[in-house]
Amino acid sequence: MGNSLFVFAEQKEGKFKKVAYEALSLARNLADELGSEVEASIIGNQVRSLAEELKDYGADRINVVDDPSLKNCPPDLYKNILAQQIKESESRIVLLGSTALGADLAPKIGAELGASVATDCISAELQENRLTVLRSVYVSKAIARVSLENEPAILTLRTNVLPINKKEGKGEIIKKEPGDGLPDPKVVMKEIIKSSQGKKDIEEADIIVAGGRGLKSQENFALLEELASLMGAAVGASRSVVDAGWRSHDDQVGQTGKTVSPNLYIVCGISGSIQHLAGMSSSKYIVAINKDPDAPIFKIADYGIVGDLFEVVPRLTEEVKKIIA
Amino acid sequence: MDYFLTDEQREIRDLARQIAQEKIAPVAMEYDEKGEFAWEIVEILAKSDLCGVYIDEKYGGLGGGVFDLCLVTEELSKACGGIALSIAATGLGIFPVILSGSEEQKEKYLPDIASGKKLAAFAITEADAGSDVASMQTTAKKEGDYYILNGTKQWITNAGEAEIYTVIAMTDKSKGPRGASAFIVEKDFPGLSFGKKENKMGIRSSATREVIFEDCKVPKENLFGGEGRGFMVAMKNFDHSRPGVGAQALGIAQGALDKAVQYSKERKQFGKTISSFQGIQFMLADMATEIEAARALIYFVAKAIDSGQKGFSKESAMSKLFASDVAMRVTVDAVQILGGYGYMKEYPVEKMMRDAKVTQIYEGTNQIQRNIIAQALIKEAASKK
Amino acid sequence: MKIVVCVKDVPDTESNIRIASDGKGIDPESVTTVLNPYDEFAVEEALRTKEVKGGDVTAITVGPKSSEKVLRACFGLGVDNGILLKYENFTNDPFVTASVLASYLKNNPFDILLFGKKGADLNNGQTGLMVAEMLGTPSVSSIIKLEISDSSAVCHREAEGNQETYEVSLPAVFTAEKGLNEPRYPSLKLKMQAKKKEIQEIEAEEISPKTNIVSMEYPPKRPEGKVFEDSPDAVNKLVEMLHNEAKVF
Repeated sequence: MGNSLFVFAEQKEGKFKKVAYEALSLARNLADELGSEVEASIIGNQVRSLAEELKDYGADRINVVDDPSLKNCPPDLYKNILAQQIKESESRIVLLGSTALGADLAPKIGAELGASVATDCISAELQENRLTVLRSVYVSKAIARVSLENEPAILTLRTNVLPINKKEGKGEIIKKEPGDGLPDPKVVMKEIIKSSQGKKDIEEADIIVAGGRGLKSQENFALLEELASLMGAAVGASRSVVDAGWRSHDDQVGQTGKTVSPNLYIVCGISGSIQHLAGMSSSKYIVAINKDPDAPIFKIADYGIVGDLFEVVPRLTEEVKKIIA
Repeated sequence: MDYFLTDEQREIRDLARQIAQEKIAPVAMEYDEKGEFAWEIVEILAKSDLCGVYIDEKYGGLGGGVFDLCLVTEELSKACGGIALSIAATGLGIFPVILSGSEEQKEKYLPDIASGKKLAAFAITEADAGSDVASMQTTAKKEGDYYILNGTKQWITNAGEAEIYTVIAMTDKSKGPRGASAFIVEKDFPGLSFGKKENKMGIRSSATREVIFEDCKVPKENLFGGEGRGFMVAMKNFDHSRPGVGAQALGIAQGALDKAVQYSKERKQFGKTISSFQGIQFMLADMATEIEAARALIYFVAKAIDSGQKGFSKESAMSKLFASDVAMRVTVDAVQILGGYGYMKEYPVEKMMRDAKVTQIYEGTNQIQRNIIAQALIKEAASKK
Repeated sequence: MKIVVCVKDVPDTESNIRIASDGKGIDPESVTTVLNPYDEFAVEEALRTKEVKGGDVTAITVGPKSSEKVLRACFGLGVDNGILLKYENFTNDPFVTASVLASYLKNNPFDILLFGKKGADLNNGQTGLMVAEMLGTPSVSSIIKLEISDSSAVCHREAEGNQETYEVSLPAVFTAEKGLNEPRYPSLKLKMQAKKKEIQEIEAEEISPKTNIVSMEYPPKRPEGKVFEDSPDAVNKLVEMLHNEAKVF
């Protein structure tokens, strides 16, 4: 086994995903512990200019594969390229973000390489030279400590959990060809419709304002959108309003939606089902607004107001306006 | 509280409850407003085999009885008493086949009901013959291999949507009550038509129409037993179906109580939730106690019927009488507890109050039920001497 | 068409779990189990595909004898065949699950293989894609729409707001995401027949897991929150606390 840690520095539309920085920071720390190097991999179209930045976060070698065929991130193409690079570098530990792409790549590459794979990890450390990770399980009701028995060990990391540290690496940029990453003729991407430009990825947001059935109608979400835009926050949704067609599934927070760990989660008109809690209970600070004093959400809230959200939220918006001014 | 259901009954109840909560509750108000028949719900119930819980396995049902139908009716009625009627009134319309039908009639008609492919209805009431059924005017005249029916039935639940109708008509007016006969009439028999859909106070998603017979040709094989058995068929039918009306009322009442309790926990006045006021607590306690008593009575009567006990007309009437009166009291109180909000259509309890009222009226008004009970008591006392 | 769906039982997401006395897992007595919610979408899609294209639907699960329960639940929905790949000391390691499944499926070809995208118990999301890779079969994850023709399929995938459309030749593997379909309710008749339906039991070869759960703990308890009634100065109080204590503004 070689002596490097491998990081998939995932980028989307020419910007690194937040978790790419988090993964790189973790890799740098582990590499320093092991006396190893950190190899980062960028794949995409017109991504060459992104490479330099990774030096600041600890990358020693930065592979860049830049090709028009990679524009829309077809998972199979990415998988072939990454698997090839990982084999060549003989890395012991591979880190990816627990993103839609990462979740697709990790098990496939893991099976190809006979690796140990652990997904959606919230921490990773070396214990007697073996990698152990923490994972949230059973609808966030428990935390499992998992040891990875084989090498390579492939981890996907949950966004917004691990710290980002600036620590310089050697920063050697290596241009690589797509090479063996020929399209798999059996799976062909026919079309891609991209989400609205500039829409904040809810998993990366530091502040989220979430709403549920208590909003009573799709139009009323404008209340939350106003508050959110003042704070640069993303707007989240409970399952029932997504099922009702008021909000997109992208914005759903919960067991069958996204798991988020923002700094601040303001939750309005959501009673706090177990499934919703699973998606946000690791938020640093939780503020709940609900008219039912017995709503389960108050049990995990750090701050809460028992009241009518239609009265409280506008007043909160006013206060925030004053602070910003 | 555990009502000693079998595993199968538990599964029936839980599935009905799940469908009621997930599929019926979200659309109940819309169907009520529009007065439309919820065929999409009937399809879901059919696919889950809930339409045939009371029909013998031999005809494609689940092999349960009155109690199983009551369980389903109660759960569906918690979400909407009107939508529940599509199944419950089908029970009323098809029980005569189960209780009084020949083997040929059962084999012909029960499978489609069990599968939910067809619905049924019971047609006895007329404009001038409500409680006084014996004064009905619809006639059935034998002509060769057919009976020719003429007349109009009024306020028939499921009329126009159902395919199968049990109809009571006079074959011999001179014989009075013993001159009535019962027939199975199919929707597409020549001479059968329907009046406009009635615009009702409640159970608005249930279709109520006139059933019009104009020289309607009914094959003689569709007669129940012999001529003159009409009222026997009808009375036997009502004895079996009254707990079902009770179950509908019970479901409506339980739904209303649940809403009232939830609201009282949230509504604050004078610095406290209204659930902390003794006046409200006493109301809720009385509502809950009456509901539990109604439940116990209905379940017991239904089980007694299914176990083959004879002579349950009095208790069957009691279960319908008591539960429907309870439903009316509970829903009125639920509106009161919700106060101004209770009066608004935006909140669900005013619909429940409108729905509950009919349970005191149809399938024998509560005044007729009291007659039945009193007459039974008097008869029992006479025989004890 | 030969349609196969891999399923498992997970604790009902409503129930509270209790960590076992050995601290390595949960106490199975503390939970009721149900068909994994994501598997419901997979089973529904399998049944719909059969309704459109004909063929039969087989449900497979890996685990000890008690895992039969989930196959009976699938029968209640209309699945035709059930296979238990019996593995007594099953630890739910994704590699082991995938290997056992792949080993069986290698000799039992299919046209379509469906999985739920992840299990609501351990949240791994690996098994389906690993099986595909082990079999050398093309796969698409997290599908929200599937249209099958005789030798190919077109599917839609949702990835962080992007809607992607793929065409893949059969046989193929798909993992189901919420929104793929609306799962049906069980049929009571099928549920009752399910009790007597035969399940094919095949002894699986034991393999070394690649990951091990070393310990399991409850998440750290959050400190008690400051919850108060709405009042004229409630919002000011809240913002002050967020500013001074939490330092979010």
